Amino acid sequence: MTKKHKAIALISGGLDSLLAVRVLQEQGIEVEGINFYTGFCVEGHTHAIRNHDKDKQKRNNALWAAEQLGIKLHIVDVIEEYKDVLLNPKHGYGANMNPCLDCKVFMVSKAVEWVKENRKDGFDFIITGEVIGQRPMSQRKETMPIISEESGADDILLRPLCAKNLPATKPELEGWVDREKLYDFSGRNRKPQMALAEKFGFKDYASPAGGCCFLTDKNYSAKLVDLWEGRGSREYEMDDIMLLKVGRHLRPKPEFKLIIARDAGESKYLEGYRKQFVTIQVVSHNGPLTIIDGDITSDDYELAAGIVARYGQGRDAEQVEIEISVPGQEKLTMTTKPLSIDEVLEDWHV
Amino acid sequence: MSTHELDARRMLCPMPVIKTQNKIKELADGDILDVICTDPGALSDIPAWARINGHEVVGHRENDDELIISVRVSR
Repeated sequence: MTKKHKAIALISGGLDSLLAVRVLQEQGIEVEGINFYTGFCVEGHTHAIRNHDKDKQKRNNALWAAEQLGIKLHIVDVIEEYKDVLLNPKHGYGANMNPCLDCKVFMVSKAVEWVKENRKDGFDFIITGEVIGQRPMSQRKETMPIISEESGADDILLRPLCAKNLPATKPELEGWVDREKLYDFSGRNRKPQMALAEKFGFKDYASPAGGCCFLTDKNYSAKLVDLWEGRGSREYEMDDIMLLKVGRHLRPKPEFKLIIARDAGESKYLEGYRKQFVTIQVVSHNGPLTIIDGDITSDDYELAAGIVARYGQGRDAEQVEIEISVPGQEKLTMTTKPLSIDEVLEDWHV
Repeated sequence: MSTHELDARRMLCPMPVIKTQNKIKELADGDILDVICTDPGALSDIPAWARINGHEVVGHRENDDELIISVRVSR
């Protein structure tokens, strides 16, 4: 009996990786999936915070894709290792803070590591849903060999959706996979993928604009850069990158910014940070919980309180009562006049 | 066969799933893992992960703002 060959597939949860796996399954290849969690993935956690997102279907797209495909999925936490990719990308950034090419090299190299660590499971090669010309930075004809080489995957990296546009890889040369039954997709046109999805009967697949990473998002990237500038350092922790997804961010002074909840869901989420941050809340009226990221001195309490009051129901009151809570200290109450709309300067908004 | 507990409070998905996956690697067939979480997203993600990987969610209960999801390990 001939050996059944086995591939590990990078699964983002998007359509391309879904199709790449199914194309190989059609050829009798056994596939398992691997998904890397960098902390910047556009997934479940953001759904859970804001109230108005609560009705959206809460699903992790990578898990959903694996279930559609009937494959196992290994989710790997790469938050710590990813910092170096984001902070020191050899190939630079894309339009925003997205180090797409370094990220792809990193993920494929992690898959290579996985194959070596799980030698007993007998994975023969790695597949991705990459398509030449699909993404401006990482998925270009010139970048495909860079990813293969720098990741150390070399000829065991197969891209089933555009393989016919690339030199044959080991799985094709060895006859494990029939190259003729692979595809030659290229460019940003999604129609060939949509037609293939239809053929395979995939519905409700995820197709987030800009891919599945917050770093391709302009607003998110601006907040990340502001965080680094505010601190004078590019260090970050998981809590920092989560907090960039929550609330409105205003920086009235270089030393600190306010993160103001936009609804009850976000207020509840920020409650969890009370022990780590100075928090401000209007107590005489309904209002959002606000946390202060950075160094605030008592000289600036009035300013911060006036801003917070602006975003509560007491915004038109003459005076509102505010509670300021500094971790490890007695709560402080003060009265303040909410700032007017013109006093909250446009360039405070991050 | 034994029952274990995993504290995934304040973690946002997919972290509770990753922690569950890693903890289950250490457990034996038939063991029960109670995952305590606060992200409601875990209620769809942990069962999906269990279905894919051949384990079974045997129940869940809610306690104030906490959610306890029980997974039976299958080897």
